[in-house]
This record gives sequence, structure tokens and C-alpha cells, in this order.
Amino acid sequence: MIEFNDVPSPFCGIGTDDLSIQVDGLSLKVLANGCSVNTPLFEHPITDTQARVKGQCVSLDDAIAAAAEHLRRSQHTLIAGCATDVNGMRALLSLADHTGAFVENINFSGARNNFLALQDSGWMNTTLAEVKNRCDVLLVVGTDLEQFAPRFFERYLWTDAMFLADSTQRHIIYLGKAPIGQAATSPTGKAPQIIDCANEDLPEVLAVLRALVKNRPIRAEHVANLAITELSALAEQLKHANYGVVTWAAGSLGHSNGELSVQMLSEMVKDLNDYTRCSGLPLGGKEGDQTANQVCGWTTGYPARLNFAQGYPEYDPFLYDSAQLIANNEVDTLLWVHAFNINALPPVTYLPTLVIGRSGMQFDTEPDVYIPIGTPGIDHTGHAYRMDNVVAIRLKKLRDSGLPSTADVLHRIQLAL
Amino acid sequence: MLTKLTGGTIYDPAKGIAGQQHDIYIQDGRIVNPPTADQLIDKEYNLQGKVVMSGAIDMHTHIGGGKGNIARMLMPEDHRADPVARTHICRSGCGHAMPSTFVTGYRYAEMGYTSCFEPAILPINARQAHMEMADIPIVDKGGYVMLGSDDYLLRMLTAKKDQQAINDYVAWTIQAAKAIGVKVVNPGGINAFKFNQRKLDLDEQNNHYGVTPREILHVLATAVKAIGVSHPLHVHGCNLGVPGNMHTTLDTIQGIAGLPMHLTHIQFHSYGTEGDFKFSSGAAQIAEAINKNKNITIDVGQVLFGQTVTASGDNMRQHANHKHANPNKWVTMDIECDAGCGVVPFKYKDQNFVNALQWAIGLETFLLVDDPWRIFLTTDHPNGAPFTSYPHLIRLLMDRSFRNDMLATLHPEAQKMTTLASIEREYSLNEIAIMTRAGAAKLIGLKDRGGLSAGNWADITVYTEHSNRELMFTKPDYVFKDGTLVVLDGKVVGTPWGTTHTIKPNYDASVEKELNNYFDRYLTMKLGNFKISDDELTEDGRGRITVQPLAGDLT
Repeated sequence: MIEFNDVPSPFCGIGTDDLSIQVDGLSLKVLANGCSVNTPLFEHPITDTQARVKGQCVSLDDAIAAAAEHLRRSQHTLIAGCATDVNGMRALLSLADHTGAFVENINFSGARNNFLALQDSGWMNTTLAEVKNRCDVLLVVGTDLEQFAPRFFERYLWTDAMFLADSTQRHIIYLGKAPIGQAATSPTGKAPQIIDCANEDLPEVLAVLRALVKNRPIRAEHVANLAITELSALAEQLKHANYGVVTWAAGSLGHSNGELSVQMLSEMVKDLNDYTRCSGLPLGGKEGDQTANQVCGWTTGYPARLNFAQGYPEYDPFLYDSAQLIANNEVDTLLWVHAFNINALPPVTYLPTLVIGRSGMQFDTEPDVYIPIGTPGIDHTGHAYRMDNVVAIRLKKLRDSGLPSTADVLHRIQLAL
Repeated sequence: MLTKLTGGTIYDPAKGIAGQQHDIYIQDGRIVNPPTADQLIDKEYNLQGKVVMSGAIDMHTHIGGGKGNIARMLMPEDHRADPVARTHICRSGCGHAMPSTFVTGYRYAEMGYTSCFEPAILPINARQAHMEMADIPIVDKGGYVMLGSDDYLLRMLTAKKDQQAINDYVAWTIQAAKAIGVKVVNPGGINAFKFNQRKLDLDEQNNHYGVTPREILHVLATAVKAIGVSHPLHVHGCNLGVPGNMHTTLDTIQGIAGLPMHLTHIQFHSYGTEGDFKFSSGAAQIAEAINKNKNITIDVGQVLFGQTVTASGDNMRQHANHKHANPNKWVTMDIECDAGCGVVPFKYKDQNFVNALQWAIGLETFLLVDDPWRIFLTTDHPNGAPFTSYPHLIRLLMDRSFRNDMLATLHPEAQKMTTLASIEREYSLNEIAIMTRAGAAKLIGLKDRGGLSAGNWADITVYTEHSNRELMFTKPDYVFKDGTLVVLDGKVVGTPWGTTHTIKPNYDASVEKELNNYFDRYLTMKLGNFKISDDELTEDGRGRITVQPLAGDLT
């Protein structure tokens, strides 16, 4: 039995790296600093180590040969999921380049709301250590932060802060639904302020809030059941903060054209910087989504929704949506890559399906090829990005399962082509 | 395998050779002495009439790290205009202002470059910088780690820690981030911006810490020298882009009191306030100060016209400049109590008075600084222009009539505000070789690079002499990297992987005790998880690390 301390997690997106994990043979137990997101994903047992072709157990070599044969016959492959570590993404993009495939990260449709706002007007953002040490007002928009990351408050808010006399007196404001749990209440009992509104109403509420920040006159007395006075008090709070932070989850804004809400928030943050300091903090980074976008970014110049069919990468945040590609018969083979989560299964389609997935995946429809792989940060070392885009964490190897890494398998498939 | 390069005209300033004809022999990746008569030559290249230099070294180019990747993500329209298809040996990608990593390596090699140094590695982002650079093929890489706005250093200064403690911290950070030098960007200014200060002059105090940029420069320049970093403290000064900042720059040179200091992209820091538009060239005074102060080296950060994107650690100044964003979108970030960044697209226009004068100020600087060993050819890629414009810049430096023809097309008021037309100097091939090879290798402290004598690594570029220097430097006949032919007739034919140059300055191990407390209390990562291990750079089987000697050990 071995115990590892200071273990970083690739799962939660907020870069927790203080877990204590006990390893007994192949089984893992989180001893300290787990949470409802990380603990199950670390502890999930290895249930299968053997690759399968059409449901029959085969050697890894044979599975790789079968996968290569599918890709060789394919006119246009879709590589989706794309949830792995940096080296896994490197191998994936090399294979996509070689085969002229489509590439899409599983969470891209949510992240698209951020990319469209970024690529249209930009933003002023911050990172977790700045939140921890400077944030005196935190505005949480349209999401339940502790559901997203159970340890966010404990790690980054109710903690020592270099530039706050009393970090328990930070103002936490929810614009949206009240959180389900109590994490947002400070250790001294200061409860978060709730400005209750439905996510569907965010477009108009945010438009009014930004107008108030810019001192534009508002004639209406209410917007979406909220009194304007409540929003103007919020605008004043943000203007009087020393270092306000506005956070949102791009994938759960709850309405189409969510990019316009991201843009409204980001432009409001810019406006606030005419008075004081304020920064945005987009949530994300779970199970390799930020990693996929970062590696795609430096390898191709674009985030993770790409098409290599022309021999060079093309990016279209709408046209290359995998659901549409499948529905429109634009692809003939699906290669699904997900190294983190056994429940992240490929869509069930008419397509020949190859799965490079975390050991333990249970399929209702057996894929044509399934190669169980190790998990970065458990079965092999690797790198993963946190939600704040700047910090890459070094993932540790905790056990010797013999499971290959994503990069190993994809690299061997490419060689077999 | 023994290779002979026969009869080329050699420019090797490291050995004082300027245009003499002689043969070069390559074996096992290195240049070797002429073999004995009985040794067989495996491969011979006839270089009669060709110009031979060592591979070029870009000592300041933003090729790896978070802000560059933000710049990439921000500009899909710029990439769409320059797609790069894969070939049987090259990966696909995109080019123009902030190319993809693979294309960066190919295009540098195709211009005869064999080493590139990222000048702004945030300690907390060093892992990303190295991962991006690990995907840049052919060229060697390395970087300078950024300090000076990190809360840890500012706390040390406020607490009046002694210089030795700062030396230990700087040396520890270099090792943790796998760097080869130290950079400071808007000293303390990035930090001050987090406290809502919008400018920070050389002697202005940070509102929270009470520390001035002058103090930061002094302790860091002292530390860099004391711990044996060959490359002088790499300084992006205060007040970038502000009219009148030439006085800050002159004051910075005086204030460093003889310590070695490298002032980077000095063009952006050489502005006066004269004339109808209250914007004028300070290049003459700056050049005079550099000529006088032998402890100072500079690179220019030349502006060339067209679309680019500026990516800087200086979020204070980038925020102030966002109103010039073209297209109108921009990003700033505050980063991890460490530093920050700002990304602002720019379109430099020859009919814009300020842009035209910036162009002239850069060229005046090149032409008025006497010693080519102390000035380096950069556009601060991508900030002044993409690195792919270097051959055009070389022609501007080497060809006065071309330069003056260009000048005559610029904004007329800008033409009146520059002395450029009257400057007769033209750079020689030898001076270009100094600036882009021997001088750069010496500045960074690269052993066995930047020269063509036996014992050097065989990084060699061969050009066909051409009166149009832009054509000549755009398309080398041959480029060898560590003895391997990587470019033939301006096209990549081989894609080996370069090494990562680092140094390992010594520090007292007890430095980690206080750092550990600080990390646990205030940062978001454990100290042990912060430090980059060697295997992170080498485990994929293609990266390598080269530890360069410290200043005292360099022969």
C-alpha cells in the first residue's frame, strides 16, 4: 500500500492538487481533500484491461490494427470526445492531420459561447490565485458554483488572502438561482446575496445591468421581475469593489445565443475597469476541455472544433458540430476519445465506432473497436489545464496498471496507417 | 558521416572571419577540423560563390506561452488568410501574425534561423511555454523567466530582505521554470495595475508595496549578475508607447549604474513629445546613450506595416492601448499573483503619422548605434511585425536607396520628423552576421553556438549572394541544424527536434522553506507541483535539455 500526497486532479477544473490518495494494488482511495466530483473519478475501479473488436477480446495489437483498418477505409472520420491530456491531444491532432479528420471536444458547444465572445470583442479575465488574494466582490451569474466545483469556496475564498483584511467578509452575489448547498456562506456566517432570476431572463437582465454600470438612464422599473433598484445597487457594488470578479459557466447559460450573455458580461467588466478593477472568470476545464482547446490552439491556431479535410486545419464553430455532421451524413467513421470518465460515452449512431476510452466504459451498443486506456493522473503522468487557461498542472502516475495512454494508442494507430 | 562544405564565403564574426573563402567539415552534428588526407568525405556541397553564416538566433521572439495562444485564439480571421497544408514531412497549421507552433519552426528554419528565445515566460505559465516550444520543430528553444511584478519579490523588497535572499529566489525561479535568463516587464507595473494604478514611472511607488521600478531593476540586475546568468537582465521598461518615454529610458540607463542590462524593443521606448503632433523621435539621444554606456545592450522591436497582434506581459500598458485595437477586440489578464498579459491586435499603417514615425525610429536606432555586438535584430515578434518580415528588415538596413524610397512613401509629416533620409550607413553582411548570430550567442551565453569554427554545433545557413537582400535572406540554399540538412532551396526537407537551452544557477536550498509557506498560504498550487521536472521536457522522446555554463564558467 502506498500513499500519495499533493495529488493534482484533472477532473474538477479548478486545479485541486492537495489530494491524499492511497493505492492498494490497482484500487485507489481518496483519504483527504476529495469531493463529490474528484473522489468517484479517482476511485473508479479498473474493470477491463483487454481491448475488444466487435465485442470479442483481442490483443492490443489486433485492436490497433482493426482501428487502423477502419480509418484506412474511411473517407471522412470524426474524432470526437477529445478528452485527454496534452500528450493525448498531441497524438490525436497528429492523427487527425494525417487522416484529414474532423476534431471536436465534447464540451465545445458550451465553450463556444466563450470563444465567440472572445473572437468578437475579447475580455479582461483573471486566474484563481488573483481571486483568492484580491477578490472582494464575487458575482456568480447563472450557475451554481459549488455544484460545478464543490471545493471552490473552501480553496479560493474562505482562506487567507494577501490583500483582504478579513476574507470571510467578501461579498458573494448570485445573479440567477440560489445555490443548493451552503458552501457560499462564509465561515463566520455571512450568507451570499441572491438576486433571483431565471437563466432565460439573463439576456435582458444583463443588458440592463451593463447599462447601469455605464450610467445610462433606465426608464423601466422592472426587468424580468427584478426591480431596477436591485440591479442598480449591484452595479454600485461592482463599481465600489477594489477587485470584483464575475464568473459564469458558458455551457449552462440556459438560452441559445449564450455568447451574447458572455459578451455582455465581458464588456461590462471592461466598462467597470474605467472606474476600478474587475475581471471575468469563465468556468470550465473539466475532463480535458481546456486542454483540448489549448493544444488545438498552438497546433492549429484554432480551438477544438476543426476539419483537416483540406489538408490544413479549418475552424467553424457551427458547421463542424459533431451532432450535425452525424445527422447530415457528412462523416463515415466515429473515433471517440475519452480518458477521464466512463460515463462519457459516444453517441449511438449508424457509424462504425472506435472507442479509445477509460477502462470501465459500459456500452449499450458495443462499438466496433474498444481500446481501454489509462487515465492521465492515475495510470500515467501527463499535463492538464485548469479552468483559468494559464496554469497547466503536472499529473502524477499513481499505479502501474499496464493500461496504455491515449497518446500510446493513437500514435500506434497512426503508425499502423 | 563526414560532410564537406566546399569553397563558401564565410562570415563568422565569432572568429573574426568576414568574407574569406574556406571549407567547413561536419561530423556527428558538429563542425570539425579538416580531416586527414585518408578520411573519406561522405557528402560534399559545392558552395563556390555562396555566403555562409552560422544559423541565425532570434534572441527575443514570442513563440511560446499563454499570451501567444490567446493571440492565436483571438484571430481566426488572420489564420484563415494563411493556411498551411501538411506535406509528407511537415504538419499542417497556419501562419501570419501568430503562427501555429509547427509552422513557426518551419518558417524560422526556412529563413536560416536555428534558435529562438521566448522572452516572457511567466513562472506559473512556464510549463505551457515549454509545451508549446516542444511542438516547434527544428530550432533550439529557450526562454527568460519574468519577475518584478510577482507579489513574492515585492513582499521581499517591502520586508527589506537582503540581496542574497533575492539572489536565491531568482536562481530558484530560473531552475523551477527551466529558463536561461530573467526578464522584467514594466517593473512592478503589472502588479500596480492590479491595485488600479494606471501608470508607473521609474520613481513612482506601488500603492500597496511602496516599491519603485528603479528599486526592482536594481535588485534584479544585481541578482542576475551575482548568480552568474550570462544574459543581462532583460528589461521591458516603464511607460511603453508613451510619448516622452525616451526620458524614462535614458533615466533607466543612468539608474542602473553600470550593471549589465538589456533594454528590449527599445523602439517602443524612444519617443519624444516634440512637433505638431507631440510625438517625435528620441532615437538619436537613446543611441548616443547606448554608444556611451557599454553595459547596455538593446534589441530594436522594429515596426513594419501591416496587420499583426501585440502580445505582452505589460497588461497595464496594453489596457491603456486597447483603444487602438484593430480589429477592435482585445484581451488582458491578471495572472496568479505572478504577472499578467495583454493581447491587442494592431494594424500598423504607413499613412498613419505615429506608425510611420515608429518605423523610422526603429531604423534610426539600428543605424545610429555603433556597435553591432550590442544591438539585435528583432521586431519583438509579433508585436512590431511577424518574424517572417526579417528579410525585408535586413534589406532596409543594408540598402540605403531602398530605405529612402520606402521613406518617401510614408505619411509626409512623419518624413519631416525623422533624420533617416540623411543617414548614410548601410549594414554589411558581417554586421548582420554579428547581430543575428555571434552577438546573440554571446549575449545569451550559448556555448558552441553562433560560430563556425571547429567544436561548434553545425548550425549553418548558406545563401546565394543577391543585391536584393530581402530575396537573399528569404530563401537560403541550405540550412543545417546540428549537421542535418533541414532546408533546401528555402523549403523544409528535414524536421529534427532542437534542444531547450537552460542554466542552473546555484541557490541556498533553504529558500524553499519560506516559499513553501507562501505557496501553501496564498497560491493555488503546491510548491512541488509548481517546479518543472526534466522529464516533463524529455519524456515524449523528442525534447532535450542543454544546460549552458554560468557566466563565470563560460570560456
